[in-house]
Amino acid sequence: MKSTLIATGLLALASTAQAQEKPVLTVYTYDSFVAEWGPGPQIEAAFEAGCGCDLQLVSAGDGAALLARVRLEGARTDADVVLGLDTNLTAAAAETGIFAPHGLDLAEFDMPVDYQDNIFLPYDWGYFAFVYDQKTVPNPPESFEELAASDLKVVIQDPRSSTPGLGLLLWIKAAYGDRAPEIWEALSDNILTVTKGWSESYGMFLAGEADMVLSYTTSPAYHLIAEDDASKAAAKFNEGHYLQIEVAAKVASSDQSDLADQFMEFVLTEEFQKTIPETNWMYPAVMPSTGLPEGFETLITPETALLYSAGEAAEIREEALQEWLTALSR
Amino acid sequence: MLTLERIDIRQDEFRLTAEFKVDDRALVAVVGPSGAGKSTLLNVISGFFAPVGGRVLWDGADITDAAPGKRPLSVVFQDNNLFPHLTAFQNVALGIKPSLKLDKAEAVRVNDALERVGLVGMELRKPGALSGGQQSRVTLARLLVRGRPLILLDEPFAALGPALRVEMLDLVAELVRAEGATLLMVTHHPADALRIADQTIVVANGVAAAPVPTQALFDDPPKVLRDYLG
Amino acid sequence: MADRAQPLIRFWPGFGAAALVAALTLGTVLAVALRAEGWAGLTPSDWAAVRFTLLQALLSAAISVALAVPVARALARRRFRGRSLLVTLLGAPFILPVIVAILGLLAVFGRNGLFSYLFGTIGLPAIDIYGLHGVVLAHVFFNLPLATRLILQGWLAIPAERFRLAASLGFASDDIARVLERPMLRNVLPGAFMVIFVICTTSFAVALALGGGPKATTVELAIYQAFRFEFDLGKAALLALVQFTICTVAAGLALWAHVPEAGAPGLDRAVERWDARGSGSRWLDAALITLAALFLLLPLAMVTVHGVPGMAGLGNSVALAAGRSVLVALAAALVTVVLALALAFAVQAVRGTIGKGVLEGIGYLAIAASPLVIGTGLFIVLFPLLDPVSVALPITALVNALMSLPFALRALVPAVAQVEHQFGQLADSLSLHGWARLRHLYLPRLRRPVGFAAGLAAALSMGDLGVIALFADPEAATLPLQMYRLMAAYRMDEAAGAGLLLLVLSLSLFWLFDRGGRIDADT
Repeated sequence: MKSTLIATGLLALASTAQAQEKPVLTVYTYDSFVAEWGPGPQIEAAFEAGCGCDLQLVSAGDGAALLARVRLEGARTDADVVLGLDTNLTAAAAETGIFAPHGLDLAEFDMPVDYQDNIFLPYDWGYFAFVYDQKTVPNPPESFEELAASDLKVVIQDPRSSTPGLGLLLWIKAAYGDRAPEIWEALSDNILTVTKGWSESYGMFLAGEADMVLSYTTSPAYHLIAEDDASKAAAKFNEGHYLQIEVAAKVASSDQSDLADQFMEFVLTEEFQKTIPETNWMYPAVMPSTGLPEGFETLITPETALLYSAGEAAEIREEALQEWLTALSR
Repeated sequence: MLTLERIDIRQDEFRLTAEFKVDDRALVAVVGPSGAGKSTLLNVISGFFAPVGGRVLWDGADITDAAPGKRPLSVVFQDNNLFPHLTAFQNVALGIKPSLKLDKAEAVRVNDALERVGLVGMELRKPGALSGGQQSRVTLARLLVRGRPLILLDEPFAALGPALRVEMLDLVAELVRAEGATLLMVTHHPADALRIADQTIVVANGVAAAPVPTQALFDDPPKVLRDYLG
Repeated sequence: MADRAQPLIRFWPGFGAAALVAALTLGTVLAVALRAEGWAGLTPSDWAAVRFTLLQALLSAAISVALAVPVARALARRRFRGRSLLVTLLGAPFILPVIVAILGLLAVFGRNGLFSYLFGTIGLPAIDIYGLHGVVLAHVFFNLPLATRLILQGWLAIPAERFRLAASLGFASDDIARVLERPMLRNVLPGAFMVIFVICTTSFAVALALGGGPKATTVELAIYQAFRFEFDLGKAALLALVQFTICTVAAGLALWAHVPEAGAPGLDRAVERWDARGSGSRWLDAALITLAALFLLLPLAMVTVHGVPGMAGLGNSVALAAGRSVLVALAAALVTVVLALALAFAVQAVRGTIGKGVLEGIGYLAIAASPLVIGTGLFIVLFPLLDPVSVALPITALVNALMSLPFALRALVPAVAQVEHQFGQLADSLSLHGWARLRHLYLPRLRRPVGFAAGLAAALSMGDLGVIALFADPEAATLPLQMYRLMAAYRMDEAAGAGLLLLVLSLSLFWLFDRGGRIDADT
C-alpha cells in the first residue's frame, strides 16, 4: 500500500509537464540559470509572452557539464538552443558540429573587447577577480606579484572541475605568458586550498577561512544590493582581469528552427538583458536603456581586459594545466 | 557457613525474599516452579544480581557487594560454561590463572583435575570436539582447580540424557564431598534432589524457604510443592 | 534440502538483483567505454592520483579503526542516559552532504574555527588543517561512527554468558581483553578497515578541499578531469576500472576477512560487565565517549548554529524540494530493502562459498563505482530511449538505493543465515515456502535489520547529490540540489538553513525506520 503510494507520487512528479498543443522550444542551460532566483523564470515568462510557444529550460550542472551532455547526445539532442557555454569552451563546442550559425547581424556589444563569432552569441560577461572583505584586508594587493608577496590566504577552484578555476589558469597565462609557472610557484603558499567548485570556495570565504576568494568583480554587488552589505570588494589587479563571456548557440538539428532563431534574437533584447545583472550577477552583453542597477557603479573597472580567442584558449589550456599541477604539487 | 540475611530481590513485578543459613559441607537442592526465582536466588549469591535489601554472608563476612570472581564460590551455569575457542586444558587452567601463564606445579594440578574427571588424553580438544558429558566434566575439573568452598549449580546437566545425568550427579557429589565443599544445586527433578542432596530449599510464592531434609520434604510435600510436582 | 522444492522464488529475484547491480555499475562503465573515441593510457599524473588515493584511504581507514576500538569498548560496557540517542547521532556525519560536512568541520578545525580561536586566546597559532592530515581528519570524521558501529557490533555479538563466565572466574579487564576481546577484534577489524578503505577511495570533493591543492588529486577527480576537461570518455572508463580494481581487491579481502553485520541486534544494549567497575576505567570510558562525541558532534553543532538563522527564510521551493527528497528517500529505502533481501536469500540458497562470495560481492560493487561514471553511462543508455529529465527522480532513487545496498547487505546476509539456521528446518517441515516463508518467517524475524537497512538507505539518499547532475529536472529539484542552487546564487545563509533541514530530515528518517524495526520485534 505504502509502496504504491510512493510509486504513484514519483510518477506524478516525474511527468510534470505533459505534451501540450503549443510548440516546445527546448533550451539547455546550466543549473543556476534556471533556479527560481536566477534569470530563468523571468526570461521564460518574457519569451513565452510573445512566441506562442512553451519554453522549456533544461539544466545540466555548469557550463562544462552542459557541453559534455550535448556531446553525449550528439545530433539526436532535444535541445534547440544551448545557453551558458563560455569562450573557453566554444572551440570544443564548435568542433562537434552540433551548432549552427546564428545568422544575426552582430549589434554593438557593450563589452570591453571586440567579439566576433557567427555561431556563439554573447549574452553576458564578467571579469574574474579576487573578492575580499574590506574590514579584514584593508590594503588589498594590486597584482598577482603583490598577492604572492603578501601573507594573504586565498581559496581558488580546481580548473579540472570548475569554470572560474579554468578562468584563473588562463588569466595568469594571459598576463604572464612564460612566467606563469613562476607566478604559480610564488602563489602556492598563499593558496589555502583548492575546491571542486565555486560554491565551496565562496562558502569557505564567507565563513572566514580565507582572506580572498576567486570569484567575479560583480560579486560585491550581490552583497551590496541584496544584503545591504558594503564590506565586500574585488581587488583590482594592474595586469588586467580575465574576461568570461557567456554565450548562446542554436542547435543545427533543431526541429524548431524558427523559434530557435527567434530566441537567439530575444537574447539580445532589452527584456532579456535587463534581467541579467540582478539574477545572474554579470554584466549584460548589450546595455539596457535603463542602465545598470544602483550599486553596480561601486564595482571596480579593470584597466585591461584579458581574453584568449576560443582557438587560443583551447590550444594552451592543456599546457597551462600541466604548469599549474607542477607548480602546486611541489 | 552461607547466610542470607533478609534478602529482598525485586525485578519489575517480580519479588523474592530469603532468610536462611546453609551449613558447611551440606549438599542442598533448590526446587520450585518455573519462574519462581531459583536462578535469580543463585545469581544473588554469586554476585550477578544485586538485591535491593539484605546481606549475603560467608563465614560471617559480608560479601553482598563483592565482585563475582572475588566470592568464595564457583558457579556452573545451564550452558556456556566453556569458551569455545580455548582447549579443555586452557578452560580448566582459567580456574587457576586467567592469564593462562601456569608454572609447572599449576599445570600438574590442571592435568590431575582432568584425570579425576576422566578426561585423560583430551586436554587439547576444544569444546566443539567434546561430547556433552565430556564438556560437563571439563567444567567440573575447573571447579576442582579453583577449590572454592561453595559450589553453585544452575540446572547444570539439563541437556544430558537420563543415564548420563545420573552419572554426572554422582561425580559432582563425590567431588564435592571429597573437597569438603558446600553445594547449592537448582534442579527440576525430585529424583536428582533425592539422589544427592541431604537438604532442599523450596522457592515458591515469593519466598525462598530455609533448607529442610530432602527425604522428609518429598515424603510429605507442602501444598506449593504438591502443586508443582502435580 | 528444501530449496529443491521452490528454487525459483529463492534464486531468481537474487540473480535479477545481482544483474541489475552489475548493469548499473560495470554496465555503465562499459557504456561509457563504448562511446570512447580513442584510447589513451594512464599518464604519470593519473598514477600519482592512484598513489594518493591509496595513501589517504589506507591512513583514513587505519586511524578510523584504531580510534573506534576504545570508543566501541567504552560504549559496549557503559550504560548512561541518552546512550541510544548518542549512538544514533554518531551516525550523522556519515549521512551528511559533503559540502555541509566540510563547512561544519572548518567551523571547528579551520583557520577561523573554534579551536583556532581558542588557541588564539592563549597565544598559539591557528590550526593549519589543509594537507594530507586534513583529508584524513575529514575521513575519520565521516567514518569513525561507521567503524565504531561495526566494532560495537562485534562486542555485542560476544554472548553475554561469556562475560558472566569470565566474571565468575574472576577475570580482570586484561584477561577479558586477551581471552574474549582480542579474538573478536581479530575477526572484526580487517572487515571494518576494508569497508572504510573502499569508501575513502571514491572520495573527491572532501579530499580536494581539505587536501590543500592538486597534490590531493584522487582517482575520482581524475575521472572528472577526463570527462569535463578533456571529454575523453575512454580515459574516464579506464580510470573507473582502476577504481573498481582497487576496491575489488579490497572488497575481496574484506569478504575473506569477514565483516560483522552492521546492525542486527540492538546497539542500545550495553553488556553487563563486572570487570570494569573500577573508577579508573569508568573515567577512561567517560573521557573516551566524551571526546568522540565532541569530535563528531561539534561540527554538527556548528552546522546547526549556522543553519538556524537561515531556516526562517526558507521558501516554498525548499519545502517542495524537501518533500521530493523525502519521497526519493522512501523509494530508495524500499528498493534497497527489496534488492538486499533478494540478494541475501540468493546468497543463502546458493551452495559453495565461491558462489556465495561472488553474489554478495556484486552487491558491494556500488561503493567502488564512480557516481559520475554511473550517471554518464546511464545517460548514454537511456537517452536514445526516453527523455532523461522525465525519469530524473526515479533514477536518483535507484542509484541512491544502489549506494546503500552494501550496508544493507552487511545487515541482512548474516541475519537471513541465522534465521535459516534457527528456523529453516522447522519451516521446511511445515512446507513453508515462497511468499508464505517470506511473510510468516523472514519478514517478522528480520524486522530489525530491515529497519536498519531502510533507515540507512533513506538517510544516505536524502543527502546524496550523486548522479543527478546530468538528469536534473529543473522543475523538480531535490533538497541537496536546491541547497547547491542557493549557494550558487550567493544565498549562503539560506543554503545553511537548507543544509540543516537536510540533516534533520536524514536523521529523522533513519531514526524512524530504525525504531520501527524494533517496536514489537520479538526477540
